[in-house]
Amino acid sequence: MNHNHPVYTDNDPQSELVTLNLGPTHPATHGVFQNVLQLDGERIVSGVSTIGYIHRAFEKIAEHRPFYQITPLTDRLNYCSSPINNMGWHMTVEKLLNIQMPKRIDYLRVIIMELSRIADHIICNTIIGQDTGATTTFLYLFQFREHIYEIFEEVCGARLTTNIGRIGGFERDFNEIAFAKINKFLKEFPVALKEFENLLTRNRIFIDRTAGVAEVTKETALEYSWTGPLLRATGVDYDVRVSDPYSSYQDFDFEVPVGTSGDIYDRYLVRNEEMWQSVRIIEQALVKLKTEPKGIFHADVPDFYLPPKQEVYNNMEALIYHFKIVMGEIDAPKAEVYHAVEGGNGELGFYLINDGGRTPYRLHFRRPSFVNYQMFAPMSEGMLLSDAIINMSSMNIIAGELDA
Amino acid sequence: MEETTLNNDIHVKLTEKFGEKVTAVSEPYGFLTIVTYKDVIINVLSYLKEELKFNFLTDITAVHYPGKDHGIAVVYHLNNMVERVRIRIKVFISEQNPTIPTATTVWKGANWMERETYDLFGVKFEGHPDLRRILNMDDLGVHPMLKQYPLEDPNRVDKKDEFFGR
Repeated sequence: MNHNHPVYTDNDPQSELVTLNLGPTHPATHGVFQNVLQLDGERIVSGVSTIGYIHRAFEKIAEHRPFYQITPLTDRLNYCSSPINNMGWHMTVEKLLNIQMPKRIDYLRVIIMELSRIADHIICNTIIGQDTGATTTFLYLFQFREHIYEIFEEVCGARLTTNIGRIGGFERDFNEIAFAKINKFLKEFPVALKEFENLLTRNRIFIDRTAGVAEVTKETALEYSWTGPLLRATGVDYDVRVSDPYSSYQDFDFEVPVGTSGDIYDRYLVRNEEMWQSVRIIEQALVKLKTEPKGIFHADVPDFYLPPKQEVYNNMEALIYHFKIVMGEIDAPKAEVYHAVEGGNGELGFYLINDGGRTPYRLHFRRPSFVNYQMFAPMSEGMLLSDAIINMSSMNIIAGELDA
Repeated sequence: MEETTLNNDIHVKLTEKFGEKVTAVSEPYGFLTIVTYKDVIINVLSYLKEELKFNFLTDITAVHYPGKDHGIAVVYHLNNMVERVRIRIKVFISEQNPTIPTATTVWKGANWMERETYDLFGVKFEGHPDLRRILNMDDLGVHPMLKQYPLEDPNRVDKKDEFFGR
């Protein structure tokens, strides 16, 4: 089958195939995705993906921005779990600068990152439910995403595009309300997640729609460079948090769930289990925080950590630092560094080349959505159209990350 | 410490196999980086995949260094998931004639990564099954990540870079 160019058969009266333009703004695709599909009845004969509808040239923009101005760009990659992107970027710079982070900040970061992972998986799994016709589950669990955003709001002031943290830590310490909200979340979320699982996991209709659909073998998944829950659902236990620990993930005790067949049902199960594991990690992080010295929320790196605003207005030294950091006048080593974090849908990598200028010489984002999505069109061949729709939701492709 | 020995092993094996063709070995931040040439790149990649168990292609991208003889670096990131080692392979190619054999023969997943690199840098991957632009529109005419193309319209008078500290 030729994937190169869409084949339109509408003008051919003899053709038994129908061309369907699925997207770019189709309500069932949950984002800006276009696929030109050739249909034989309800079965897909061939498909061609067209991407780039919201390409914003982040890599080009990043070459013209100092480090701190790149954080808001990373927000807009996978906007369902922006804090992971923000912190991945900050950790990349910290790796470049060889900054040793105090443990307390690592644990605070882990809490935020795991909350975002839960938020990301909530979206994906409830949408699978929604697309198979189970609106109830969507409405039950989705409010917890709101509670997570309330925690983010307490920590950094923003909800969706968080721009959370600084190079070297956080802009301020977590307050009591934030901790209270996290504890409340930890108490209420497991109950709701259990209820969600009760509604879907053994649901006959749900299993019929998802089990055995879009099966992927380990070999194919590795061949196509899949990462994240999609790869783990096929049975490969690759998780960046374990294989390349960052932010002190090696201190935590958690499982990496894997599936067997890589079908949609397995992906759903893997994500659900990851939410349970995330809850476990957050609980452990809260316990570990008690033994750490209080009040530390940034590393001692005045050359790179933005001073508090009050001091900038009243203190000459802070003003100088502020100016130098904002203008990108700080000296960073001339080096190249690759740092990967486990994002909501796979390995999110930052490849940074610094030449000592104000801005990165080159910054490349290894975006899991982009790499994962290339298999969508080939694997849709021979699939029912309605299965392809749930397949797309279960791949958790985020348009912002796909197109960067 | 352990990682360094592992990196040494890989380096020794690569040198045994490819001799002079593997140059400029370095380890920035513990990440083994080698430079090789485009006539052996596919052999190097297949050797790493088959023999040294770098089974996973993390990423393909490029970097532009204007004014050099070989001004475009194509960068491959591979990952050995079992032993948890990563390796970065660079190939410097000519800016005037940026061609390199395609890695889709080794990993199918290289397809879109190479299309993206072609779209942004104009690197022509020989033998690629479907080398079209992927993010930008087909009639863009330029490869925008090359350094000669400015970020914004240079004729604008209200947004001079020096006013913004860039």
